[in-house]
Formats: sequence, C-alpha cells, structure tokens
Amino acid sequence: MDSHSIATTVDAHGHDVAHEHEHPAYLRHHFVSYEQQTETASFGMWLFLLTEIMFFGGLFTAYMIYRNWYFPAFVAGSHQLSIFLGSLNTLVLISSSFTMAMGVWCAETKRHKGLVWALIATLILGIGFLGIKSVEYHEKWEKHHIPGDTFSVQSFVNPDSDAEAKAAHDKPLGLDMARKTEVYFSLYFAMTGMHALHMIIGIALLCGMLFKAVRGGYMDGNIAFVENFGLYWHFVDIVWIFLFPLLYLISRHQ
Amino acid sequence: MGLSPVLWQFLVKWMVNFAIIPPEASKIASQVDALLVFMTLVSLVGLVLVGLLVTAFSILYRRDRNPVATQIEGSTLLEATWTIIPLGLFLVMFVWGSVLYFRIYTPPPNAMNIYVVGKQWMWKAEHPGGQHEINSLHIPIGKPIQLTLISQDVFHSFSIPAFRVKREAIPGRYTTVWFEATTPGTYHLFCTQYCGTQHSGMIGDIVVLTPENYKKWLDSSTSGVSLAQNGERLFASLSCNACHNGQPDSRGPSLANVYGSRLTLASGSPVLVDEAYLRQAILNPSAHITQGYAPIMPTYQGQVSEEGLISLVEYIKNLSSNYRVQQTLNTTELLPEQPDKVPGKTNGAPSAGAQGVAKP
Amino acid sequence: MSTIVILPDQATARVPKRNYLTNENGILSWLLTGDHKRIAILYLISITFFFFIGGALAGLIRLELLTPQSDLMASDTYNKIFTMHGVVMVFLFLVPSVPATLGNFLIPIMIGAKDLAFPKINLLSWYLYLVGGAMTLGAMITGGVDTGWTFTTPMSTHFSNTNVITTGLAIFVAGFSSIFTGLNFIVTIHRMRAPGMTWFKLPLFCWAHYAASILMVLGTPVLAITLVLVVLERTIGIGVFDPTKGGDPILFQHLFWFYSHPAVYIMILPGMGVISEVISTFSRKRVFGYTAVAFSSVAIAVFGFFVWAHHMFIMGVSNYAVLVFSLLTMLVAVPSAIKIFNWTFTLYKGSITFETPMLYAFGFMGLFTIGGLTGVFLGTSGTDIHLTETYFIVAHFHFVMVGGMLMAFLSGIHFWWPKMTGRMYPEKISQLAAVVTFIGFNFTFFPQFLLGMLGMPRRYAAYPAEFQVLNVFSTAGASILGVGYLLPMIYLVWSLKYGAVAGANPWQATGLEWQIQSPPLTENFTTIPIVTQDVYDYEWLERQKEHEVTHVG
Repeated sequence: MDSHSIATTVDAHGHDVAHEHEHPAYLRHHFVSYEQQTETASFGMWLFLLTEIMFFGGLFTAYMIYRNWYFPAFVAGSHQLSIFLGSLNTLVLISSSFTMAMGVWCAETKRHKGLVWALIATLILGIGFLGIKSVEYHEKWEKHHIPGDTFSVQSFVNPDSDAEAKAAHDKPLGLDMARKTEVYFSLYFAMTGMHALHMIIGIALLCGMLFKAVRGGYMDGNIAFVENFGLYWHFVDIVWIFLFPLLYLISRHQ
Repeated sequence: MGLSPVLWQFLVKWMVNFAIIPPEASKIASQVDALLVFMTLVSLVGLVLVGLLVTAFSILYRRDRNPVATQIEGSTLLEATWTIIPLGLFLVMFVWGSVLYFRIYTPPPNAMNIYVVGKQWMWKAEHPGGQHEINSLHIPIGKPIQLTLISQDVFHSFSIPAFRVKREAIPGRYTTVWFEATTPGTYHLFCTQYCGTQHSGMIGDIVVLTPENYKKWLDSSTSGVSLAQNGERLFASLSCNACHNGQPDSRGPSLANVYGSRLTLASGSPVLVDEAYLRQAILNPSAHITQGYAPIMPTYQGQVSEEGLISLVEYIKNLSSNYRVQQTLNTTELLPEQPDKVPGKTNGAPSAGAQGVAKP
Repeated sequence: MSTIVILPDQATARVPKRNYLTNENGILSWLLTGDHKRIAILYLISITFFFFIGGALAGLIRLELLTPQSDLMASDTYNKIFTMHGVVMVFLFLVPSVPATLGNFLIPIMIGAKDLAFPKINLLSWYLYLVGGAMTLGAMITGGVDTGWTFTTPMSTHFSNTNVITTGLAIFVAGFSSIFTGLNFIVTIHRMRAPGMTWFKLPLFCWAHYAASILMVLGTPVLAITLVLVVLERTIGIGVFDPTKGGDPILFQHLFWFYSHPAVYIMILPGMGVISEVISTFSRKRVFGYTAVAFSSVAIAVFGFFVWAHHMFIMGVSNYAVLVFSLLTMLVAVPSAIKIFNWTFTLYKGSITFETPMLYAFGFMGLFTIGGLTGVFLGTSGTDIHLTETYFIVAHFHFVMVGGMLMAFLSGIHFWWPKMTGRMYPEKISQLAAVVTFIGFNFTFFPQFLLGMLGMPRRYAAYPAEFQVLNVFSTAGASILGVGYLLPMIYLVWSLKYGAVAGANPWQATGLEWQIQSPPLTENFTTIPIVTQDVYDYEWLERQKEHEVTHVG
C-alpha cells in the first residue's frame, strides 16, 4: 500500500517537488485549500471565544449571587463609580469595535492605507479605554475602596462624607452591610481587571498586526489573522457592554 | 422489606463481626445498611453478569474455536434492555436513597439540640444544660438528638460511622443533622473533611448511655451555668436589652417567644425564626430588620465568638417573657457611675458602665 | 494461544528509513516541531516523568499508612504528600494522558488529515503543560502544598501556610494546555476529515475525544477563574469566599466542582475510546452498537456538566438541590453502563485473541464496572452520607481512574506502540505485566472499599488500630502494582532498539492509521485518502489483503 513512497523525490518537508501545487504561499500544508484553512481558523476563534464566555461566567455567577444577597451594599458600591467615565469608556470601546470592523473591511478590499489608519484608530481608542480605566482605579485607591487591608467603609457608613454617595442621596448603611461593599468592589476589580487584561493582550496583538500592516502585510489575501482578531476584539467589547450596566448602573434613579 | 427480620439481624451481625460494616447504633443505621446491601447485591449481579458474559464469549469465540468473526451491527432491543434495566435500578436506588437523605437531614420537632463547634483541631460540644465537652459527645439512647454544627475556621465534618451520619461544619453558617441512638457503647467520632495538620487527630468518642447513666453524667459534668443562662449574661453585657426590652416604645422588637415564629422582614418577605436566623440577625442585622422597626441595630461581627452566639441563640430560644430583661436593665441603672439616671425609669438608654465587649 | 499478529519477515524487514522520527534531526527540530506525532512523543515522555513522581508520592502515602501512628513522617509532610500526589496525578497525568499522547498522535491520521488544525497551538499546549509542570515541581521542592488537590476554602485561602499560590497558578497554566488541546481536536474533527469520512465512519476513538474535548473547552475555563479568585483572595483578601467578609466558601465548592466533575469525564472518555478500538481489533469485529457507543460518549459529556453538586451532598446545600443532582447523577451513570454492555457484546461471535492490549481492556472492563457501580453508591444521597469523605471515595475514584483510565492508557500505548515506533514490544513479559498490574491493583484498592464502609476517613496520616490489617493489605498490593508499572517502562524502552520490526499493520486492524507505514511519514499520507469503506470494516480489510503487495522499508 505504501509502494509509491520509494519512487518519488521529496524535499525536507515530505513535499513532493515533482508536482508544483497551485496554491498561495501562505497555505499551510496540512490544509487542502485556502478556504479550509480560513474556515478552520475562524471556527477555532469562535470556539476560543466560547471558552472565554465560560471564563467570565464564573465571575458573573459570583456577581449574581452576591448582588442578590447584599443588594444595598451593591447599590452603594455602584454609586461610587462615575457614570460619566463609564459611559465614555463604553463609547470609546464601541467606537474601537467600529474602527476594527472598518479595518477588517479594508483588509478584505485590499485598502492598505485604510487598514493602517483603522488599526491605528483602534489602538488609540483601546489605549484610551485603559487610560480612563486607570484614572478610575486610581480614584478608587485614593478613596480606600480597593479590597484588602486598606479597604474603608467610611463612605458607606457616613455618606455625607463622600461626594459620590452624597450626590446619589445614599442613606447610611449599617456597619455589617457596609462591610459587604468589599465584596462588591472585589467583583468590580476582578471583572474589570480580567477585562482589562484581555484588552492589554488585544492591544499587544494589535501592535504586532499594525507593525506588519505598515510593512504592507495583509494585502495578499491572507487576512485570517485580521478577521479573527476582529472577532476577539468585538468579544472583549461585548463583555464590557455587560459589565457596564451590571457594575455602574445599579439602582440609579433620577 | 422483603427480607425476614431474623435473617436480616443475622446478616447484620455477620457483617459487623467480620468488620465489613461498623456496628449499627442508631435508628437510621439499619435503614442505611438495607440500602447498602441492596446496592451491593445489584452490583454483584451486574458484575457477575458482565464477568460471565465476557468469560463465556472469550472461551466460546476464541480464535482457535471461531476463526471467522460474524459482523453484527447491533440490536436496538438489547440497547433498550440494557438502558432501561440499569436506569430502572438506579432510579429505585435514587428514590430509596433520597427518602433516607431527607430523613437524616430533617430533624423531628422534639429533638434535643446540642451545639457542636469545630475548630482546628478539636470538637467542642455545648449541651443546653451547660455541659461542655471536647472531642466527645455523651448522649442518651432512645431520644432524638439534633446537632447544630458550625466551624470557627475551616471546613470540618462531624462523622459518626456507627450511626451512618455525618455533616459538614462550615464557617459562617449552621448545619444540622439528627439521630437517635439505640445501643449504649462508645463509638468513633471522626473529622472527615481535611482541615490541616492535625486532621487525623480530630477524633473522639460518642458515648451512648442509658437514660439513668446519662442523667448521672449530666449532673456530674455541668459547669453550673446553662447555655441560656450564659446567653442571658451576654444579652445584658452586650446591651441587647437596651433595645430589645419588650417595652411598647422600644427600638428593637421583643424577643420573647420569637423563636419558631414567622416574622415579616422590612423587605416584606416572611421568614421562619430558627437558630440560623437568630445568628444571622446578630451578625448581619441590616439584612434582617423586622417590619416596622428602624434599621439601627449594630452588627456584633467580631465582638462575639461562635460559643457566645450559641449562648445567645439558646437564650432567645428559651425566652418566654421580658421580665428578666427588664430586671437586668433596672440593675444596670443602679450602678454608681450613673448618678443622673433616675432609678426605676426604664428609658432604654444603655449606660456606659454596663456596656462592654464580652467575649466569653 | 493463537495470535493475530502478523509481522514481516524479520530477516529482511527494516523500519522505514524515512519517517516522522528521522525526517529532521537535532533538538530544535523537536522543540520547535509542528508535527502532531512528535508533539505526542514529547507529551509521552513528560507525562511518564510526572506519573513516576506521582507514583513515588503514592508509595510514600502507602508506607506511612502501614502503621496506625503518624510515625514515618510529620503530619504536615503527609498532608503535603497526598496533596501533591493528587495535583500531579490529576492535572499532570490523567487529564492529558490519552488525549495529549494517543489523541494527538492518532486523530489526524484516523480522519485522513495531515496534521491537526492548529499545529503551532498544539506545540504551545505542550509548552504550557511544561510550564505548569515546572511550577508544580517548584512548589513541591520549595515547601509543597497541603490543601488537598481540591483547594477547599477557607483552608486554601486563609489557613494554609504553603505554596498555594504557586500551585494554583501552575494548574491555571496547565489548564490552558488542556483547553487548547480540546479546541484543536474539535476544530480538526469538524473541519479536516478526508473525503468520504462522515461522522458515522469516524472511529469511536475520535468520538470519545470529541466528547472529552467539549468538556475540556467548556469546563476548564471555570477552573481557571476559580483559581484566579483563590489567588486574589489569598494575596489581597478580596473576600469572595471569606465568611467574615460576607463571602461564601460554598461558592468556591460550586465553582470548583463545576469543572472538576466534568474533569473526571475528560479523564475517562478518551480511555473508553481506546477500549473501543482494542476490543474491536482483538475480536475482529465492528463494535456492537456503534451509534449507541458514539452517542453515549456525547451524552456523558452533556450530562456530566449537570451533576457537580454530588460532591457537596453533606455540605449544607438544600435537600431539594440534592434531589436534583442525585437524579442527574443516576442519568449520567447509564451511558457508561451502555458502553460496557456494548463492548461485552462485541465479543459475541467474534474471533478473540488475548494479546496484551486486550488483557488491559478486559482489566478495564472489570475494574471500571466496579468503580462505576460504586459511583452509584455515592450518587445515592442517603448512602453518600455514610460513605462520603471516607476511603470508599478513595477506592471509587482509584478504581475508575487507575483501574479504568490507566489500564486504558496502557492498553492504548501497547496497541499503538508498533505504529508509533515501528517496533513490537515483547509479548510474554507484557502480558505478565498486565496480569501483575491487575492483581496488584485489586489488592491495593479493594480493601479500601471496606475501610470506607467501616468509616475510616480519607486524608488521615494516623488511624485507629482496628483499620491496620486492611491498610497493610493495601500497601502490600501497592508494591505489586508498582512492579506492574515499572515493567512496561523497561521493556518498552528495550523494544525501541531490540523489538521486532512491526510493519504497517501487525494487528491486521482496520482504521486509516493501520494502512500507512510504521512509523508514519511526517505528512502521514502521501495522498489524502478517499474513504469508501465503513468504520471497523473487516470485510474491506480482507479484500485489501487479497490485493496487497506489502513493501516494507
């Protein structure tokens, strides 16, 4: 059954040099066609995003349970977050998803300059998001709302001493419920922190992609990386769309 | 149950003597053993069946004897058979086991309650009469006993193999289990949830006594102060009596006869007042405000130990009137540090001298 | 006893000069390979290394338990040893064993592809495994972990003074190795089957790995986030599991077991896939009820996600929740029973021989049946109260994991050894090793059922004296078991140089992997096969043999 293997000439990769294949240079040899390669890569990325949903799912589960148990604490904690900065971040991230989608279209239609500018815009918006987030985190640090040894419940026991709590007309919480705000902030930092980590990874990949695009890459039809990165970036955006109302908008009546 | 009682006794005795099962020392033990025997038999039958078939086929159809195999796709009938029969048997076990489970974890209302606090690496049993034990539990036969368990640190598990019961002791929440001992003797108590260095040392004795001996033990081991009495002391020293004094204008609801009643919380939801509720109300009052009262009760988290909480819970359980509550208020007002207070006026304000942090 | 093995004429036969092992030379060609077969061999070596570490730890456990007192080592040391035994065996051996070695090697070949969908991610998987393994070793050497492999909070978050963070992060990294392997398998099986290879012509080995991969991909991320939360709780004290801060340690239990129960199916399903292949080959018959076996694999995967709280029956969860989880546990037990019966009836009217892989498969069937049935003892809530947290649990999971999974792994290693290496292992000593393993196993773990029934708790360094006899039995068995595992190490390595040349299909088996040379070419197939034959099509194989002219070398 393997009688052919003696006769043919092959190169180091076992590639049959006697027959020239008509396929793009970027077709990996374990694939039969470029189509198979791109569809496979896409499937892989969707599956990976499914694992990411499961990953965040654990945090959402914890959030659901504790919000149910300690609702007043979650309200007070949520009122500490800046709706302005959160909405701004939401706008920034949605815009970056738009610019990323433009980038994918540019790659598909071989628009080199368009692709580069779209990637730069996405990068700037992504970094902007992280910048705004770090401003928010810093504010939390200043107000001793980072869980751990430095955590203080002063803002919740005595809302008049705290600008955000006063503006939201929060009532003082009993000490036991005030202490539960630490659980809220733990989830806030865990969820937005995980999200930010995914943003950082995305930005690193984006830089690599930009580097290659500037040098003329992705113009030969081999755009699977751009498309699949787009999927990842949209996913990170969607996670934020869930995080924003869950964390920022608890019981915000006008 | 399908098996003659005499035969069953014989079987159990044989199994205990050959150290296959622990002695049966509780009412539920024989019921659990019956299910275990059933499951063992079913498993044996299943195993022998598969074993016989595999052996028979291996001999009948070995290559020497059957050089050509017959390709068989399958048989829907067989698939259905060996799906439905195992499923049916498993469902029987499920129902039987669930009934047992509910029995073991649903204490009867007349059960005598003993509190058990687990900590690294010992068991502390608190009897309502004020007897305290470490790594042992004295109980009478013939009386349903409920254990209310909690841990001071990590997960532990209170296990009595001879009774066929065990229950996790968790930090932050009471768990309960009940049993009724049938045979006097001393039986193993194990901690079965890994809890650190001395996990294997967290063992002890369950001492089951006849009612007379149990009474003797009670009298000889009492510390002189029952749990409820200790609770009363704490109730005053933590100034609970200041708000929960039973007066019509009091800041906190009266606690007389509250145990076992249905309360409506400020959120509108109804709640049954049991030990777990009382403990939670002391530690997390904000989430347990009775309807009609302001949310001003401070939390006692960190100010009272699990034993203190047990004493307070026992006290409130047994509180049938506010007479002594008001008495203790009166006595605090007679202290020399409060010359401006008019003796006899029960305005509920706690005096600075009487207030104190008490960690028994 | 007759045998189906047909080897080429040893006087003239040679292992083919050009194969995946000889294609490229140098350490970098191995460390930077994309070839799924080389990665499988890399995994095989690393997994075996960790297996022997875990085994040595097991030996120490059994030595300590010879006497009722805690006299061989300090209690703290014993606690570390059983923890590390669990961590190494579960995460560094059982989870990757069959998928990362046999799955990696065979799945592309079985479906007629030249490699997995994502070769670079496959290599990344191996490196992540190594990093996780190295971190675990580091944690071990610098003081160990003593929380138990289950990392119960608040013990792991607040009370343990050992390397919890390092080990937690190590498992986090190793978990991603598992996720990427599963992802690779799912995409490969979906997208890269050869023309004519429909879903219902896939070998059951592929179905089993597909089902296990679903579990890997959906379950492992939950473990990952749980470990992150444990690390955060331990470092900065966030409070999600801390009752003094309003957190709930039972939440940890739910999150942890949500992965760790499917994990046991991740471990056993690929082994079941091996057994299907082996029993079919050594009965010369298609597997009885192929569709039932295929669907039962998927059913185990799906149901496996809904039973996690049966590890928490006594922890104070509501009685009604227990009712639901107990019922679902009964449901998940049924597909495994279906498989056992289907394998049994595969033997019916077969033509059976008893080579080593088949001996291990028989061992699997007996021991897995016992292990699985005792699982029903535990899934029944009323009896679980008495049996849980005792040696009954220890015996149960060792029966399914060691008596089941490890035997399946050894069966598979022996079965595909000629394919992977081009060499046959020596038959007589391997059959002896299989029998020794079976005997040693039963001596080691059967007494533990009795110990559990009597109430001996697990994770005890010291125990009441009345349990000593059974413990001594168990330790004696362990020494026999150790011999049973050492023998294959020796003779398999020996066979690499001195074993008989195997040829392409020494077992006369169906399956695409047996129609190519041993060892395979790097690209597996010179031309992609077009699959017209059925799966386990022995009649097709007969027709092939009539036409074939075998060239070897």
